[in-house]
Amino acid sequence: MTRPLKVVGQPIGRADAIDKVTGNARYVHDWSEPGMLHAALVLSPHAAARIVGIDSDAARRIPGVRAILTGEDLDVLLGLYMQDKRILARGVVRHQGEAVVAVAADNLDIARQACNEIEVTYDPIEPVLDPAVALRPDAPLVHPDLDSYEHMRGVFFPEPGTNIAHHQKIRKGDFDSAFASADLRLTLTFDNPPVQHVPMETHAAIGKAHPEGRAEIWTSSQSPYTVRHLLSACFGLSHGDVRVHVPYVGGGFGGKAGLGLEPLVYVLSRAATGRPVKLVATREQEFNTLPSRQGLHSTIELGASRDGKLTAFKATYHWDAGAYADYGVNIGRAAAYAGAGPYSIDNCWIDSQVIYTNKVFGTAFRGFGHLEVLWGVERAIDQMAHQLGMDPADFRRLNLLKDGDITITGEAFTSGHGDPTGCLDAVARAIDWATPSTPSENPDLVRGKGLAMLHKAPAMPTYTSCSTIIKLDEDGGADVLISGVDYGQGTYTVLRQIAAEELRIPIERVRITWECDTAFSPYDWQTVASRFAYMGGNAIIEAAADCLRQVRVVASKVFGVPVDRIVCANGQASVADAPEKRLSYAQLALGYTYENGNSIGGPVIGHGRFIAQGLTHLDPKTGQGRPAQYWTYGAHAVEIEVDTRTGELRVCKIASALDAGKVLNPKLVVGQVVGGVVQGLGSALWEGFRFDKQGRLLNPSFVDYKIPTAKDIPDRMEQIFLETPQPGGPYGARGVAEHPMISVPSAIGNALTDALGIEFHTLPLTPERILLAIRSHEEGTA
Amino acid sequence: MRRITLTVNGHPEMADVPDGMTLLEFLRDRLVLTGAKEGCGIGECGACTVLVNGRAIASCLMLAVEADGCEVQTVEGETEDGKLSVLQQAFIDAGAVQCGFCTPGMIMSARGLLLQTLDPTDEEIVEAVAGNLCRCTGYEAIIAAIRSAADTLREGSGS
Repeated sequence: MTRPLKVVGQPIGRADAIDKVTGNARYVHDWSEPGMLHAALVLSPHAAARIVGIDSDAARRIPGVRAILTGEDLDVLLGLYMQDKRILARGVVRHQGEAVVAVAADNLDIARQACNEIEVTYDPIEPVLDPAVALRPDAPLVHPDLDSYEHMRGVFFPEPGTNIAHHQKIRKGDFDSAFASADLRLTLTFDNPPVQHVPMETHAAIGKAHPEGRAEIWTSSQSPYTVRHLLSACFGLSHGDVRVHVPYVGGGFGGKAGLGLEPLVYVLSRAATGRPVKLVATREQEFNTLPSRQGLHSTIELGASRDGKLTAFKATYHWDAGAYADYGVNIGRAAAYAGAGPYSIDNCWIDSQVIYTNKVFGTAFRGFGHLEVLWGVERAIDQMAHQLGMDPADFRRLNLLKDGDITITGEAFTSGHGDPTGCLDAVARAIDWATPSTPSENPDLVRGKGLAMLHKAPAMPTYTSCSTIIKLDEDGGADVLISGVDYGQGTYTVLRQIAAEELRIPIERVRITWECDTAFSPYDWQTVASRFAYMGGNAIIEAAADCLRQVRVVASKVFGVPVDRIVCANGQASVADAPEKRLSYAQLALGYTYENGNSIGGPVIGHGRFIAQGLTHLDPKTGQGRPAQYWTYGAHAVEIEVDTRTGELRVCKIASALDAGKVLNPKLVVGQVVGGVVQGLGSALWEGFRFDKQGRLLNPSFVDYKIPTAKDIPDRMEQIFLETPQPGGPYGARGVAEHPMISVPSAIGNALTDALGIEFHTLPLTPERILLAIRSHEEGTA
Repeated sequence: MRRITLTVNGHPEMADVPDGMTLLEFLRDRLVLTGAKEGCGIGECGACTVLVNGRAIASCLMLAVEADGCEVQTVEGETEDGKLSVLQQAFIDAGAVQCGFCTPGMIMSARGLLLQTLDPTDEEIVEAVAGNLCRCTGYEAIIAAIRSAADTLREGSGS
């Protein structure tokens, strides 16, 4: 018999909110260590150039300057999946904004003054800015040494002698003949520009090199153990000699996954006789020195039968990786195995290529490539529906994955995996899909409706794992140690609920330590991929059971009954059918002491762990295999209004449905969806890097790169959750953190077509782009 | 270097500060009031918002010497005797906090509004925080929190 849930599923407020509303929450931004120095950077003004010389003599003479480093001092290559990046540029610069020289000084003013005194001489090279150009046989190579780079072998397939960092292939059925024999065919191209994560706390790190090279790092990171591992590998240190602290983190969205500023602050400290060195990225550096989301150029070909069955799908995804692809290669991989949308397609062919260019480099970003590929897929699906004369929702219903279908990588889909059709139906109802938009009384304002599907699985190595330790306190409360990071998404609160549920104590008695510290917090791979509540939740369930097993063993000895007769509830262990025989957890947490002083047991410490189950590498030639621990499905439907005089677009309503498996905390999950939808709105309407012809980023500030403000949110946002239990998920839950932003642009693009009769293929949908399209449409039809 | 005297969260402060030091640097580095954050340093994000003489301003754009003789309030001044203000509690209850980095500035912008009116229109609420960027919440809960705090305060309970 399953116990009714008391804490899981409740709208519990977040545990960290009091620290955050009082200013008591300390971020690395706020952190200082005794004797700490401050670092500043000299950045490349060129997108591509040879470094001819660096003259730092004048800077070295400035009092208070403690260390100056260039790439010549640092002969190491770094990276998570592909080791292609140096700590500081060495010999060449590959994007404007790349760090070339770093200075550590007594304060930031001195460090910046020193940077101004450093003369770097460059010999500029013609940059490669367009992935299509980068693919030409005669294109200059961004990484001529690609053949020598270490990378995760068997998973990623760089093509030395080209600018291709990874080529992911998906092959199922026979696309060519299915496409040739299709009743209807279409070929379309789509574009997404690179965008920035814009965490409100920019990247920040403090490094200290202890004697004999031991490293201690404080970092605004999503990845304490990954930082530890990569630092130890890079500098030849044992893992135990690298200690990583992650306190409160001011937003991440993927941009703080993997490795960031940590190696640089460590080597600066090493050069500055071991004094701690702090480096906080300026907002401009956050845009053009730290990583962004990759751009994407898609070509999509669809074939369908006249009765509305999607018979052939082909996509070419050209990812604009920028100068480095250490993380980007995995986006090219993950977005390919999800690259046909949540549809049943017998004949599928995808080439996903991650291409080096001389732009600021890409990394993980909430949605991990799925927003980008589904911008094309979901727009193409709508256009095929229109060609067929079918309702776009009906066309989707006909083709969505259903029980017994096989995905494009050969996984069997069962209804237990989630309910994409249910998500579609839910948003269609919420937006009153069957009824066209009511026309505005103002003839300049036109309205339209659109919808789009989304799906995503965690993109992670096959061996991804998580672990936790629960210590019972003297008073019967519990401390949870875990090293996944809660940078705002709320996972710690959810894990606290799970610990309270499983330990059978009130949630107020459970504490999760906010500062992760690899010296004390047990291993977790990194906090990405919407997998922390799933894996951490399972680990906590196991750790709590371990605690209760220890409690039961001692209680059984005290009462002289078999262990299986001891039950735990309400913070007490008692004998079944004899509830008067009971002990509180407080009496057992450190061991039980008899009246005569004899003691048994000992401090109760439980541990739990979870490792990804049954994942396989994908076949290099066909992409067949099992890449996904689980899939989360969802849909958005929107109603918009466009001002045809200005091109401005207003979202009147957006309804979002996600199959969460089990809603663990209804309050926090709504916050995730609203936040994700508005972030998706940014990608849809405003956000995108602009470069000049020399490859210089033109909009590295909030004035020139607009993110949504309080004035820009939709008039109404509705969130709907389906609960098809996930096999293996804690209480049937699956991840939903990234998903809300995926396909928001697609739904809006589809609604624009409904409103204006114009097809849009390029993001963002700025007023300028919309107005120009209206004008050229008018000219074309005049 | 110039001597300034000012009141910060009700406490008198006197300090010698460089001419170029911003109020944000003075608060964070000298007084170790790290609630106000630097999100951009050029007045575009609102994370550094504090009240000066009751008006919400970007403290990264104000020099410390300009605050001479002023009354300054930071998020640390919101709590009284360790008790959360109505506004702070409203942010928690509405789910208006995620990563929390924008939260101190957001609360000070809201406080600036509530000092002017306890019956703000929706437009006034949005306008009050339009210069405070948040990348996590999507703003809806923040707007609801300010509305709720105004309602509670208008009904006359708490501060």
